Amino acid sequence: MSAETVSVTGWGRTAPTAARLIRPRTYEEAVAAVRGCGARGGIPRGLGRAYGDAAQNAGGAVLDMTALDRVHVIDAGSGIVLCDAGVSLHRLMRVLLPLGWFVPVTPGTRHVTVGGAIGADIHGKNHHVSGSFSRHLLSFELLTADGEIRTVSRGTPLFDATTGGLGLTGVILTATVQLQPVQTSLMSVDTERARDLDDLMARLTATDDHYRYSVAWIDLLARGAATGRAVLTRGEHAPLDALGTRARRDPLAFRPAQLPAPPAVLPEGLLNRRTVGWFNELWYRKAPRARTGQLQKLSTFFHPLDGVPHWNRVYGRGGFVQYQFVVPYGREDTLRRIVRRLSERRCPSFLAVLKRFGDADPGWLSFPQPGWTLALDIPAGLTGLGALLDELDEEIVEAGGRVYLAKDSRLRPELLAAMYPRLDDFRALRAELDPRGAFVSDLSRRLDL
Amino acid sequence: MKDAFGLPQSLLVLGGTSEIALATARRLVARRTRTVWLAGRPSSALEQSAADLRAQGADVRTVAFDALAPESHETVLGKVFAEGDIDMVLLAFGVLGDQAHDEREPLDAVRVAQTNYTGAVSAGLVSARALQAQGHGSLVVLSSVAGERARRSNFIYGSSKAGLDAFAQGLGDALHGTGVHVMVVRPGFVRTKMTAGLPEAPLATTPEEVATAVELGLRRRSETVWVPGVLRWVMSALRHVPREAFRRLPL
Ligand SMILES: Cc1cc2nc3c(=O)[nH]c(=O)nc-3n(C[C@H](O)[C@H](O)[C@H](O)COP(=O)(O)OP(=O)(O)OC[C@H]3O[C@@H](n4cnc5c(N)ncnc54)[C@H](O)[C@@H]3O)c2cc1C
Ligand SMILES: NC(=O)c1ccc[n+]([C@@H]2O[C@H](COP(=O)([O-])OP(=O)(O)OC[C@H]3O[C@@H](n4cnc5c(N)ncnc54)[C@H](OP(=O)(O)O)[C@@H]3O)[C@@H](O)[C@H]2O)c1
Repeated sequence: MSAETVSVTGWGRTAPTAARLIRPRTYEEAVAAVRGCGARGGIPRGLGRAYGDAAQNAGGAVLDMTALDRVHVIDAGSGIVLCDAGVSLHRLMRVLLPLGWFVPVTPGTRHVTVGGAIGADIHGKNHHVSGSFSRHLLSFELLTADGEIRTVSRGTPLFDATTGGLGLTGVILTATVQLQPVQTSLMSVDTERARDLDDLMARLTATDDHYRYSVAWIDLLARGAATGRAVLTRGEHAPLDALGTRARRDPLAFRPAQLPAPPAVLPEGLLNRRTVGWFNELWYRKAPRARTGQLQKLSTFFHPLDGVPHWNRVYGRGGFVQYQFVVPYGREDTLRRIVRRLSERRCPSFLAVLKRFGDADPGWLSFPQPGWTLALDIPAGLTGLGALLDELDEEIVEAGGRVYLAKDSRLRPELLAAMYPRLDDFRALRAELDPRGAFVSDLSRRLDL
Repeated sequence: MKDAFGLPQSLLVLGGTSEIALATARRLVARRTRTVWLAGRPSSALEQSAADLRAQGADVRTVAFDALAPESHETVLGKVFAEGDIDMVLLAFGVLGDQAHDEREPLDAVRVAQTNYTGAVSAGLVSARALQAQGHGSLVVLSSVAGERARRSNFIYGSSKAGLDAFAQGLGDALHGTGVHVMVVRPGFVRTKMTAGLPEAPLATTPEEVATAVELGLRRRSETVWVPGVLRWVMSALRHVPREAFRRLPL
């Protein structure tokens, strides 16, 4: 088991801290790492796609779980997989699609691990129908602070503390997940444009229920009457009979395209209002006003950004902040106000993503709750950004909403309890399960989790 | 922990009554800082500084610290770090001295050097080690443009700041990749009690402006910060003025 001291950041590349990186190759090594993690504790890490500091631990240990990556059992009849937590969703797609199964929930990138999917209780474009990842999780094995491995099943406090628990209850070693059946690896996609935010919300509210997958991309640089103009893309796994004769020969093929990565060092200020404005304009105009039943690859529909490895580098050395929040249905006023403020502030933000969430799952720190969720990237160097986001947080709390911790890197800790009412239960469970603080992250230090 | 903008939640000020440091602390408390340690020579001014920051909502404690007693630094600062992570150390203590007087009284000149340079070497190294063990933190060092090129009118102070500046740069390089960020701040003439009664130099600035520059430097993870920013260019020009001419400049 190797260990070296390295500088670690999340996907947003802000707030680097140094930690001992340990890469266990067996469960025994993982147990040894947890038992020996020392005074500053340890935190599991998957593929580091959390934007903020959830998977870093200054001065302590970071357990890179990606070497534990075996797919143990696939029940191709009932669509259940048992695999290590270090397995990526990309890998699962490769293995499962030929068998006619797909992951139940996928985020905007396939390059996340099953452990990270549980730790953040991730949601996908199908949240309004399928809920978050934990809804499809049958059970998992958890290595806890005492060095023991427990099997955790649904409906227990430890299950609900761990789903969305950001690695702070222990290290997930394996997981058993219920999959989604598919006939093909293609998506049947409907696209339409919305001229402004109200038009967009009306369209989403009226017809989201007709689609399993739904998301809208808002151009935050559009102002005035066009504030909130957007492109909606919604879809369904294409059935076999939707395919042409050629595609039908290999209906479950999975061949995502990849472009070269941008260079490691890019000039600062590459993304500014002008360049991003051009991009957004172009993208809005090239979207069809309305188009139905277009066949797209899974990767095009779900993971457009994965086509460019290390795309996070375009934000330069200063990195970027991803801000994602949800406000309940009935508080569209807050959403409108926030979109207007972001547009007026002229944040050089690539498309922001708007989506409707369905019912919440029971994870104590799980993010999704019924309502509207908006996610956007903003360069961290933007003047006044910190103060602006603080003000938006206040509005969100007032509306009964919350921000997503797996993406957070800057929340004011005082607001956490209002956003996550089960916070005290989470703290109490941790105090009992992990009295000497074996599991610590920069996020848990910053927000006093 | 610092956030995405490099803002600290906990701050240790070495030189707890420094006007520049207090302006910086006020600014940081208004954003994210909750815990402040003011280290300095015990005085009513130190307690008053603490009270002012408390009124702003911070949890403030004072601790007796003397730059001229380097043998105590390990113990004094060790106790502070033992209470919890320090996200930012602001090394602000310093004395200007009285050039004309100090030239006549070498022992007084040595006190300037010992405060500004050797005191900072010891406190800087002790802090750096603690930050390194945490795996994160910023060490912000108040150097001065006076250290960039020693001038006839204040070369005793200037040379001590030159030493401090070189030390802090080297420390920054030594700590590269350890999660610890060292930022050297070089203000010009700042209107504080240190400069009270002195004729103002061109481009004179305020403690608040230094504080703003520090906040920006934290966000950018800068290694060097000039206040005001144009001094970077002024000083790089002055650096190349020949000795003969430099001597005769009215600086
Ligand atoms: C381009 C992009 C798009 C995204 N889109 C979405 C989206 O649509 N929906 C969404 O929900 N999220 C989205 N995310 C966020 C991402 O899905 C989550 O942050 C996810 O947790 C990342 O998984 P990871 O394996 O990279 O984990 P890391 O980032 O390494 O870790 C994330 C958290 O999981 C914990 N963790 C990791 N492995 C384990 C383990 N074995 N045991 C216990 N805890 C563990 C870590 O401690 C940490 O707290 C997106 C991220 C990117 C970069
Ligand atoms: N003002 C400027 O024009 C200017 C320009 C460039 C750089 N700087 C530098 O910025 C820093 C802060 O300056 P300032 O303008 O804020 O001045 P200041 O208000 O006079 O602060 C100086 C601080 O140093 C402390 N100090 C002096 N000797 C000490 C010792 N032996 N042990 C502990 N603390 C000691 C003082 O504490 P006491 O209260 O105990 O005396 C005071 O807190 C200094 O390093 C200065 O050199 C200032």
